[in-house]
Amino acid sequence: MALLSVSNLSVSIGRLNPLDGISFEIGKGEIVGVVGESGSGKSLTAMSVMGLLPLIGGKISAGTISFDGITLTGLAEPAYRALRGRRIALISQNPMTSLDPIIRIGAQIDQVSMLHLGLAEEAAKERSIELMQQLRIPDAATIYSSYPHQLSGGMKQRIVIAMALAADPELIIADEPTTALDVTIQAQIIQIMVELVRDRGLALMLITHDMGVVAQACDRVVVLYAGRVAESNGIDAIFAEPKHPYTRELVRCIPRHDQKAGSLTGIPGAVPSVMDYPSGCRFHPRCSEALAVCSGTVPVLERKAAGFAACHASEANAHV
Amino acid sequence: MSDPGSLVSLKGLTREYSSSNGLFGKNRSMRAVNDVSLEIPRGKVTGIVGESGCGKSTLARLVLRLIDATAGSVHFDGTDLSTLRGGELRKLRRNMQMVFQDPYSAIDPRYSIRDALLEPFKVQGVALSNAEAKATIEELIAKVGLSPRMVDSYPHQLSGGQKQRVGIARALALKPSFLVLDEPTASLDVSIQAQIIGLLEGLKRDLGLTYLFISHDLSLVRYFCDRIVVMYLGRVVEILPNARAEPRHLYARALMDSHFEPDPKLRKVVTRLAGEIPSPFNLPLGCAFAERCPAASDLCRRERPLLSSGEDGHQVACHHPAV
Repeated sequence: MALLSVSNLSVSIGRLNPLDGISFEIGKGEIVGVVGESGSGKSLTAMSVMGLLPLIGGKISAGTISFDGITLTGLAEPAYRALRGRRIALISQNPMTSLDPIIRIGAQIDQVSMLHLGLAEEAAKERSIELMQQLRIPDAATIYSSYPHQLSGGMKQRIVIAMALAADPELIIADEPTTALDVTIQAQIIQIMVELVRDRGLALMLITHDMGVVAQACDRVVVLYAGRVAESNGIDAIFAEPKHPYTRELVRCIPRHDQKAGSLTGIPGAVPSVMDYPSGCRFHPRCSEALAVCSGTVPVLERKAAGFAACHASEANAHV
Repeated sequence: MSDPGSLVSLKGLTREYSSSNGLFGKNRSMRAVNDVSLEIPRGKVTGIVGESGCGKSTLARLVLRLIDATAGSVHFDGTDLSTLRGGELRKLRRNMQMVFQDPYSAIDPRYSIRDALLEPFKVQGVALSNAEAKATIEELIAKVGLSPRMVDSYPHQLSGGQKQRVGIARALALKPSFLVLDEPTASLDVSIQAQIIGLLEGLKRDLGLTYLFISHDLSLVRYFCDRIVVMYLGRVVEILPNARAEPRHLYARALMDSHFEPDPKLRKVVTRLAGEIPSPFNLPLGCAFAERCPAASDLCRRERPLLSSGEDGHQVACHHPAV
């Protein structure tokens, strides 16, 4: 059974419905990439799982989220608190704002294991330094007593990861964990995260817009477009035989090392805003394979070979 | 004398910044761009790549003399920019324009697209009749693939990609021969980024433009550029004569190795660079990369390697370049 199961999740914020029928699962020891462009609903999906929607005035309007047999949708706040940070941890995009600027690094990591695991101060410190060493932070003892402003961006993000790991969680949600970092640092952080997941049998939901990061790290991928799942499948199938035209186009938008000049075109049009989503399939105005039915009828997320896709055109092709 | 094949020629270009260290602390200085000499060939795309703090954006601004150099010179088509005064410099700027990273802040929110596109003519004191203005705007809008209906829109009504198209149209308004593109797609979604790169490729071909393309995105640089200049801590460490050339400087190698291809069959184990980028205020005596370099020797720590040219214009600043 999957550790995290999101089924038909819809979210509303006021009159807007930024998420519509999101479904996917993450098993133990698995890295699932959630990809999409801005406004596709990646971060909202993360916030829904963390039970943080009330912070932005949103609520789950339909669907269920369950974690290790516990139904998270409708879970009371005290019960949620026992999970959040303890069994489910979040690594957010910007390490610069995830750390308290006036508290020493070590104390910030310590407080996680003191709060959630009930460790005493000395034990917490020992654990924090050990975690920092596992994350290959050089001279961990010195960094332990430094302040955030004394560290580089990549080092800060490692501290944030150490904090996420401090309570020994089972599921980590990483929301664009390397977007603010330089490429050489991104490569290191992604490598460290993959090793951690493999070593500890963690489940990782890796939210990113970068198909390169997805290809490097993930076992399975959920592609979001304008608040809906376009396609989900295993990593090899997503790249080798994408079932949804959006997935195919998205991969083509990244120049490959052997790509010829003049062959990069992008996807015509723009990512729609939640204020005016197109009718039917939300990708149809930009889709080169759109059929008459695409503008009127919402395609259902259906099983296609090993994965799922929501596309009328791929259905039509399948019947030929 | 500069190479006749190059449109822009940089010689020993340096920009120093100083920072006072508190009330009684002594002033410290750092060189954001340090002794950069470079020829930018006509009709080609020269890419500048490096991580944050390597000086690539400062270099872009120096090339257009948006900021003044501490030392060194920029020659544009044979003219030394540092000798020009206000009016003369403005006149030359018709030929050299910039497209900025953030289209959201590059256009005045109170200007309609029409006003934004006519602004360069006002700045340059070019009087356009109503008919000329109309024709000019129609032509510019069509060039960058925007709909004529958008002329009366305001920036907030446009998407990020459309705004960047306006930014490009405005840069093209005065028919320049040289564009500096400072991370023009960094704030855009990937599907839009590819559109904009496609547009820039077409414009270069149709108008015979020369580009200086600044980016931290290696896949984009390798795709788009004819020559690639790799910077580290204010200096050029390597110049690749073409996008296919294998880097020889170990920093340039690490940079290329850190890039993930969008293909799960090409997964890689990243060879980790030791340490962190040193502070630009306190650079080591020798090679700035020596502390992190697996091949560093005593020589590297003692003596800074100079950029030396090899065959076919491949230049590298390293005592022990990879082969």
